[in-house]
Amino acid sequence: MSEQGIGAAIERREDERFLKGIGTYTDDINLEGQTYCYILRSPVAHARIKRIDTAAAAAAPGVVAVFTSDDLTNDGVGGLPCGWQVTSKDGEPMKEPAHPILAAGKVRHVGDPVVAVIAESLRQAKDAAELIDLDLEELPAVVDMKAALAGGGPAVHEDVAPNNLCYDWELGDAAAVEAAFQNAAHVTKIDLVNNRLVPNAIEPRVAIGDYDAASGAHTLYTTSQNPHVIRLLMGAFVLNIPEHKLRVYAPDVGGGFGSKIFHYAEEALVTWAAKKIGRPVKWVAERSESFISDAHGRDHVTHAEMAFDANGKALGMKVETLANMGAYLSTFAPCVPTWLHGTLMAGQYATPAIHVNVKAVFTNTVPVDAYRGAGRPEATFVVERLMSKAARELGLDQTEIRRRNFIQPDQFPYDTPVAVQYDTGNYEASMAKAIELADYANVAARKADAKARGKLRGVGVASYIEACGIAPSSLVGALGARAGLYEAATIRVNPTGSVSVLTGSHSHGQGHETTFAQVVADKLGIDIDQVEIVHGDTDRVPFGMGTYGSRSIAVGGTAIVNALDKIIAKGKKIAAHLLEAAEDDIVFENGAYTVKGTDRSKAFGEVALVAYVPHQYPLEELEPGLEETAFYDPKNFTFPAGTYICEVEVDPRTGEVEIASFVAADDFGNVINPMIVEGQVHGGLVQGIGQALLEHAIYDENGQLVTGSYMDYAMPRAEDVPSFKVTTTSTPCTHNPLGVKGCGEAGAIGAPAAVINAICDALAEYGVDHIDMPATPEKVWRAIQAATPAAAAE
Amino acid sequence: MYEFEYLRPTSLNEAAAALASSSEASLIAGGQTLIPALKQRLSRPSKLIDLGAITDLKDIRREGSHLIIGAMTPHAEVAASDVVREAIPALARLAGGIGDPQVRHRGTIGGSIANNDPSADYPAALLGLGATVVTNSREIAADDFFTGLFTTALNPGEIITAVRFPVPAKAGYAKFAQRASRYAIVGVWVAKVASGVGEVRVAVTGAGADGVFREGGLEKAFSLSATPETARGVKVGPDGLLSDIHASAEYRAALIPEMAARAIVDGWGGGG
Ligand SMILES: Cc1cc2nc3c(=O)[nH]c(=O)nc-3n(C[C@H](O)[C@H](O)[C@H](O)COP(=O)(O)OP(=O)(O)OC[C@H]3O[C@@H](n4cnc5c(N)ncnc54)[C@H](O)[C@@H]3O)c2cc1C
Repeated sequence: MSEQGIGAAIERREDERFLKGIGTYTDDINLEGQTYCYILRSPVAHARIKRIDTAAAAAAPGVVAVFTSDDLTNDGVGGLPCGWQVTSKDGEPMKEPAHPILAAGKVRHVGDPVVAVIAESLRQAKDAAELIDLDLEELPAVVDMKAALAGGGPAVHEDVAPNNLCYDWELGDAAAVEAAFQNAAHVTKIDLVNNRLVPNAIEPRVAIGDYDAASGAHTLYTTSQNPHVIRLLMGAFVLNIPEHKLRVYAPDVGGGFGSKIFHYAEEALVTWAAKKIGRPVKWVAERSESFISDAHGRDHVTHAEMAFDANGKALGMKVETLANMGAYLSTFAPCVPTWLHGTLMAGQYATPAIHVNVKAVFTNTVPVDAYRGAGRPEATFVVERLMSKAARELGLDQTEIRRRNFIQPDQFPYDTPVAVQYDTGNYEASMAKAIELADYANVAARKADAKARGKLRGVGVASYIEACGIAPSSLVGALGARAGLYEAATIRVNPTGSVSVLTGSHSHGQGHETTFAQVVADKLGIDIDQVEIVHGDTDRVPFGMGTYGSRSIAVGGTAIVNALDKIIAKGKKIAAHLLEAAEDDIVFENGAYTVKGTDRSKAFGEVALVAYVPHQYPLEELEPGLEETAFYDPKNFTFPAGTYICEVEVDPRTGEVEIASFVAADDFGNVINPMIVEGQVHGGLVQGIGQALLEHAIYDENGQLVTGSYMDYAMPRAEDVPSFKVTTTSTPCTHNPLGVKGCGEAGAIGAPAAVINAICDALAEYGVDHIDMPATPEKVWRAIQAATPAAAAE
Repeated sequence: MYEFEYLRPTSLNEAAAALASSSEASLIAGGQTLIPALKQRLSRPSKLIDLGAITDLKDIRREGSHLIIGAMTPHAEVAASDVVREAIPALARLAGGIGDPQVRHRGTIGGSIANNDPSADYPAALLGLGATVVTNSREIAADDFFTGLFTTALNPGEIITAVRFPVPAKAGYAKFAQRASRYAIVGVWVAKVASGVGEVRVAVTGAGADGVFREGGLEKAFSLSATPETARGVKVGPDGLLSDIHASAEYRAALIPEMAARAIVDGWGGGG
């Protein structure tokens, strides 16, 4: 390992500007002559729009324009497209309602955008918005999924989905599962809610549209995780702008967690409006607006069962899930509860038969889409809650039941019954490391000590698996993706030997500018300061599918490596010419091309210079210049996996839960920068603990989001979490050259089950075997109260 | 925010005159409650009268058996004050547990009690100590000051200048914080006031449907023996308590004796 290459824990190069507050976020961009857009949103969850009178607003001081859905329709502007089509088990495509930029005919959730007011200042836009006469005929709202499906109630989209069902999807062999259950010695059953979450990136969404009449080119500055995807979706499906006339630029982005993957109405609105009024248009979300306009996460209701033989070996599993889509289909919403959820139901286990059924439901709530982990936290929660519940029912230790069911190292590549093939893994190894780090052997002593202090201590184990590196394009295409999921990279070696890397991955807190530079410095044997990572701009980066699903190192990193290989190969030809040796006799090592067995060599920088000053150059065979592009389409997903062990202490008098310790042992394959990986795990764990204990987007029966601000929506803070103990194991990925898997979501995937399993263990003496997330003190207290008469009678 | 005129008087009289000049005028102290309301356009004052430049209002002093805290004293200063820590240490701890650092550095005791949020901490201390609210025109006993949710005995145009606390023999506070805002779901203040022999006052915030209240059952029990066990033995019913997304009335009822027990530990150090 070099000091700054692969494996080195160097500090993040981007920290300097982020910590000093000198980064450039979208809101830091101000264009000459810019106007401000305020969006009047629906105050109610469901209503027919009877009339919108904007005359007074349009005449108000400073107002430049007021737009409603009609203005967009008249200009031929389309609705927001959905990027994934899921097919129901009966072969029918999912129900795909129109998703207008501004509400047309009806409003379908609190926050649904209705009117755009554009003015010289934001205050004038807001003042004018108050003059809009929005005449709404309120309709009953539906927020509960079971009620939505029950029939007879309100329909969110009465035209395309009168029963609010988007799709009814299944995966796996139902007959094999039934047979397995017939032979079971024991069946464990569970009913779970996976709570709805608000993503809460620290930087709210911002979009600025600009139009250059001279060139006819549009620019959209936006807070996006994938500017090329936005260019593709918005250009091709919404505004009909060809790629060469549309630049999408996402500069520094302050966190996304999935919520900035999607193509949002405001992006199309400001891009379209800028041309319409001939001036730049800026829209900045206020925090309370983020709560009701950023796509939410999770929101599943699940019933699951697992069948075991007498030795605690899983024979079969069945899962029935209702997944909330909200009022419209956000960009990738349909695939999250299906292909990112059902496919992970094997977990780390050799369960031979699995069947998953998912019904996706429309409700009068904010659309739900991918959020850190996207489907895999939901799957892990189901599998790992079942495992720990079964352990208790079967009288086995939580680690022992897992050990009995792990897929063994010699079984890889392993085909699961739910359509994926795990390439590699060693689940016992990561669990063993977690057990050691958690001092699991002495849990009983710690429980006794807690008891003496009046506390109930519990331990929870969760052995998660996830699928990263999304994804082989042909595979996801067959599953309904309307895009390829490769990644692109260009390595531009400059004449003096410095390197610009143009990557289609996007960094919004992940530290790519450091990690990717380490890979390049390592491969080329040059100093990291010679490497610049460029991302986020469709005018500078050739192409890209962006960053989500922990895909950047596995897919984007591989594209970089493949482009580097082309650079090295071309350099070898140049060096062979310069050194008057056969190409086969040249080796590239430590930043220099050397003739094997001699000391004759040319440094990488010298070769680069010759490529651009080709006086002595094989011009007949080789083009000058040193720049290569690679598109990499992965062969498979990668499968990070690991074991988390959490210990909690519950105060039985109040139901308060304190996380006493948390251990994470993750197998991410090879690690490029252990410090960044550790940071990603920490962040993920905090989000997972936030979901388990604190966070909840609660709607009342009228469809009002009652936890719509930080006064009521509890985000985890430093004092809510312990000092984590994290470690890694490694079974390198077998199908990418770096042997990497991805680490961005693991913490959020594994933590919720570990925490809830720990709470249930703490409450075992009360017979409590489930607590819904978030496990608030009142829920825990109520569980204890409900059990107390029985416990007292013992 | 709507437009408003911003005034920053340097004397109390000037402030009172400005306040009297318009029925739409509003005082602003730390702005922690008022500014969010302005930003959401829920409040539309014609004038904002900032009390921040009136130096007399920002002062902490001990006068014999009383502790006096100026209305404009931010929570962080109360938390850090040696005078407060010496006189009523639990009050310093209460102030140090309000919200988060930003809120504690801006929010003031005057703003807090004028607002009388049913989940605010200070009202428990005022009521639990039998403190006196001093205004620019009179003095109001805490027992008479907090009249209901977000309402007080203040007259229009009246300005709180200080709070006078009798220094108790012992006092303790414990709060069960709402996890998002850190306001009290239940906060219990217990004090053994120096004068009244054996008298123990117990004030509960966060839980009452009408705001802060004295809990007679606990007061009675504590006057015999102020111990955590005594507290836990007292049953509090859910009637008259708040129910919201953060806690039901039943849960709040269960938390009151437990927080009272913790307040005893806080103020008595575990013993009676
Ligand atoms: C995120 C957050 C968390 C919080 N957590 C807590 C908590 O845990 N516990 C808690 O107790 N509080 C909490 N608060 C409230 C905070 O501590 C302040 O005390 C409160 O917001 C009001 O004080 P202020 O000085 O900011 O008053 P302002 O917002 O400036 O004013 C509030 C009201 O009081 C009036 N007013 C102000 N000063 C006077 C005066 N001298 N005389 C007459 N009227 C006056 C104003 O006109 C206004 O109507 C929290 C607030 C926030 C924003």
